[in-house]
Amino acid sequence: MSSLRLGWRKTLNAVMLTLTGVAALAVVSVLLFIFGYLLYHGGKSLNWDFFTKLPKPVGETGGGMANAIVGSLKLLLLAALMGLPVGLMAGVYLAEFGGTTFAFVIRYTTDLLNGVPSIVIGIFAYSLAVLPVKHFSALAGGVALGIMVIPVTVRSTEEFLRAVPVNLREGAMALGASKWRTIATVVLPAASGGILTGMLLALARVAGETAPLLFTAFSNRFWSPGWGQPIASLPVMIYTYAIAPYDDWHRQAWAAGLVLLALVLVANLGCRLILNRRGAIRSV
Amino acid sequence: MSSAAYGDSATAAKLAPQVRMMDSPLAVSPKEAPVRFQISHLDFFYGSKQAVFDLSLPILANKITALIGPSGCGKSTVLRTLNRMNEMIRHSRFTGEILLDGQDIRRLEVAGLRRRVGMVFQRPNPFPKSIYDNVAYGLRINGYTGRLDNMVEHSLRRAALWDEVKDQLHKSALALSGGQQQRLCIARALAVDPEVLLLDEPCSALDPVTTAKIEELLFHLKDGCTIVIVTHNMQQAARASDFTAFMLDGKLIEHAETSRLFTTPSDPRTEAYITGRFG
Ligand SMILES: Nc1ncnc2c1ncn2[C@@H]1O[C@H](COP(=O)(O)OP(=O)(O)OP(=O)(O)O)[C@@H](O)[C@H]1O
Ligand SMILES: [Mg+2]
Repeated sequence: MSSLRLGWRKTLNAVMLTLTGVAALAVVSVLLFIFGYLLYHGGKSLNWDFFTKLPKPVGETGGGMANAIVGSLKLLLLAALMGLPVGLMAGVYLAEFGGTTFAFVIRYTTDLLNGVPSIVIGIFAYSLAVLPVKHFSALAGGVALGIMVIPVTVRSTEEFLRAVPVNLREGAMALGASKWRTIATVVLPAASGGILTGMLLALARVAGETAPLLFTAFSNRFWSPGWGQPIASLPVMIYTYAIAPYDDWHRQAWAAGLVLLALVLVANLGCRLILNRRGAIRSV
Repeated sequence: MSSAAYGDSATAAKLAPQVRMMDSPLAVSPKEAPVRFQISHLDFFYGSKQAVFDLSLPILANKITALIGPSGCGKSTVLRTLNRMNEMIRHSRFTGEILLDGQDIRRLEVAGLRRRVGMVFQRPNPFPKSIYDNVAYGLRINGYTGRLDNMVEHSLRRAALWDEVKDQLHKSALALSGGQQQRLCIARALAVDPEVLLLDEPCSALDPVTTAKIEELLFHLKDGCTIVIVTHNMQQAARASDFTAFMLDGKLIEHAETSRLFTTPSDPRTEAYITGRFG
């Protein structure tokens, strides 16, 4: 009787172990598959021209996406300038003064904002920054991405600030530091590795966003000087090129996909490196 | 020394009325030592929970006062009330009066109070900065404009840490051992030249050799500083302190010269505690 039950337990154990193991393997293989596929197709198509040349007119082969690479970087810069300071400061507020009902509402709203579909944020940025001036612009794209950067930055900043031990704060206050002084000189520096990582991850996430750019930054086949004109970006280029009926464009879409993924991976690995070297929280 | 920059507090201390131990319910010492802190009828509350009951205690200048008592009896609470550290805890409050050199601490500006009354915590809490920046922290935030280098060296020497770290001042303080970190925290507190140093079980995580070093250090600090130390270690209290206060359940049971308290305690509960029969 008891040996029967033991046998049953052992079988159940084995079955569960196999099931969960297979699921875990599936997760990894999806990533590896995407990566391999992209590497195969994109690597084949990637050449020097891709980084240095403008797109060729329809019908001609060759050319590159130099303008889209620069465009993506410019949009990310705008998103960083608009989203990160707000996110950082709101995160500080929640972590340091966060016991109130008001803070609870902010925290909840932030989580909601994080869940808003990116296309909806695109419409919002469209009505905010495109309709009034009646043309697409890099600025409008930056607004859309900047909004998307905020919730992730807020929550990660809050988490990392909360992880700073109370006794560090007490140490500073015991020396006569005010609350703000303590936050600025001890708490923020202690959490800086983590906060920076959170910011980079937030930027890496919006680097691949397409939907909110379609009707804000739009796209551009040429260089886009300044911030007030439509601007090309890698995700939108991938979208346009992938659905076009030209083989050469498909080739370039793959190359753009690979470059985008490489950008995000480098940012990701960079963060982890910073974090590990500083010995900060390891499980982000 | 650099006390020039802090001349204001030194003169303030001299000008303040020299409060004698008039309010103490317990006869302490016939010696006429000036009172630095006078705690009178202190009741302390965490929310609705009272942690200290009607406690009156004089802290004599340039003496080491040890606070002993079983865990949870309110030693840390009393200590943290002296530099108003408990204000960081929500819903905490106290009634009664605490005078520092005759001035009500609630009327003092809190940053100034904390600069005059330094604190070393039970667990070493160096900032994740360099050794140098740790020691210089208090000076910098207080707008000290003199030579930082000299002050840092002087403080590290006073804390008996200089020889061990003089070649690695710009290394992270987190790379130091626990005992070195604790001495660094003492150096950090000493750098602003406090009039009073509060220590909450500073040796609980340290080995006997380091503990002995810190006790020796306290003995030397006495000349320029009043010290209050919380300890669980009876031998330490007996060895290192001039006065001992024994607390139980938030109440002060006995306060006397250490030599007398440990040889002829007047309360049976004190005797039971110091002989290890409870607590
Ligand atoms: N932040 C707090 N909130 C509520 N109650 C507290 C808080 N801190 C301490 N207490 C309570 O106050 C009482 C005294 O605590 P305190 O820390 O002063 O004791 P202690 O004598 O220092 O003990 P130990 O020797 O263990 O450090 C205890 O009953 C404790 O539970
Ligand atoms: Mg304690």
